[in-house]
Amino acid sequence: MAVVNELGFADIPALFQRMTGDEKHEWAAASTLHVLWVLYDRVLNVSPDRVDDPDRDRFLLSKGHGPMAYYAVLAAKGFLDPSTLDGWTGWDSPLGQHPDRVLVPGVEISSGSLGHGMPIGVGVALGLRLQGRSPRVVVLVGDAELDEGSNHEAIVLAGRMGLENFTVVVVDNESGTHGWPGGIAARFAVEGWETSTVDGRDQDALYEAFTAEHPGRPLAVVARISEVE
Amino acid sequence: MASKSGSGTAGAAAVAEGGGASERTMRQVFVETVEGVMAHNPGVAVVLAEISRDAFRPGPRVINVGIREQAMVGVGSGLALSGLRPVVHTYAPFLVERPFEQIKLDFGHQDVGGVFVSIGGSYDDPVWGRTHQAPGDVALFDTLPGWRIHVPGHADEVEPVVRAALASDDRVYIRLSLRQNAVARPVAEGFTEVRRGSAGVVVAVGPMLDPVLEATAGVDLTVLYATTVRPFDGRGLRAAVSGGRADVLLVEPYLEGTSAFRVGEALADVPHRLRSLGVRRDAELRAYGTAEDHDSAHDLDVVGIAAAVRRMFGSAAV
Repeated sequence: MAVVNELGFADIPALFQRMTGDEKHEWAAASTLHVLWVLYDRVLNVSPDRVDDPDRDRFLLSKGHGPMAYYAVLAAKGFLDPSTLDGWTGWDSPLGQHPDRVLVPGVEISSGSLGHGMPIGVGVALGLRLQGRSPRVVVLVGDAELDEGSNHEAIVLAGRMGLENFTVVVVDNESGTHGWPGGIAARFAVEGWETSTVDGRDQDALYEAFTAEHPGRPLAVVARISEVE
Repeated sequence: MASKSGSGTAGAAAVAEGGGASERTMRQVFVETVEGVMAHNPGVAVVLAEISRDAFRPGPRVINVGIREQAMVGVGSGLALSGLRPVVHTYAPFLVERPFEQIKLDFGHQDVGGVFVSIGGSYDDPVWGRTHQAPGDVALFDTLPGWRIHVPGHADEVEPVVRAALASDDRVYIRLSLRQNAVARPVAEGFTEVRRGSAGVVVAVGPMLDPVLEATAGVDLTVLYATTVRPFDGRGLRAAVSGGRADVLLVEPYLEGTSAFRVGEALADVPHRLRSLGVRRDAELRAYGTAEDHDSAHDLDVVGIAAAVRRMFGSAAV
């Protein structure tokens, strides 16, 4: 039903501008945009008319800060009416600076405080597995968000439990103060994850990474974002 | 670490010495009840962090995450989001205090339900010191909307509380302890009137009932017993004070005055006096010893409660 309203990647700048106003190029700097687009456009089995379907794929935006790209993609894909973007962060808008699952259709978790999405995602993946369901669960975190120890609790658990239906994408724009010597992927690999590191603005590379086989183990995709000139 | 995983069996051993009349501990009844429900309800799953790992029969729906309390609560939330009814259980400070933001956000803010069950109470095992004491647990839950809180006073009261919690979609906290009353009382939603008098009302929460009954013997007081403290039975309290003086002594096994604001709310338009007994707030008690030693230090033993009763209701002896 919502398919008739579906927009393309070319519509993203206009959707972005409904939130950012005159700032014309802010969309291009959004580190999560290409990852989100590839997931919603080509990877996730989700649609606006199935937001309560127990067999839908789950996307958990753990890094809830800077959600304009997320809202723009949700609008492009028909989860939100584009006009909703206009009044964002207003008193009666469902759209805040951090997303709220109770207020926004299609948003799977409310986020903002860092380090919550990955453990929740492990629980969702486990719960689906226990119920014999096969959707995949994808959690997006930022590289600085990995500072939170709760993520490392979840990385160990998902690896040890062989959560094949679980994927974490780390959007890495090197925003963490202390960094990750040896690379972010190594933190997952040592715990038994399948990993790949790709250009976070290369949509085909992201698609390949998200759809790679990883039998019996969770998948970590590190999406590296270099600064836009 | 050793003390954490060690508590899996230490609790059961301790009850043999001082656990009261019931042959089973509250934890044993909790585990048996959950396993009984799980046997025919595939929608229930348990998340543990080492503690009580040996109390539960292993199975795919008993998930021990290791000593990872943040993940324990997050995983519980995710199970709930996937459609299951999670039971999240460990020793009180590690269940409530360490991952408190996960409780606030992963359950409350996500708007999902779950059953949190603690053991250890305020100071069930005082030889382990402050790290294993959680007198502030109920007060912490009180900062969050929508939680039901149960404080059973006897092992036989645990089964109906746990069954009801598993059958609902609510956010529920159940506070289990090695301390208990000599006999179980019927589990009711509101307060149960155990004794009726006219000089005032004593509210005894969970395991505080027996010492309250002993401390108020021969005094013309109404004694109310509570296993459910949230929602707080304000209507029951109003009814109890209507027959006599609106003087209330609140006796709780956790932080003193935790329910005082609920009493104030219930009696907002009734001139009343309130005195609260509980684990003292003014200083950290750096002492080991027995739970009874700690009762005494917090005036939560019969002597301490009786002294408070005399001060408040001095001339009411019958």
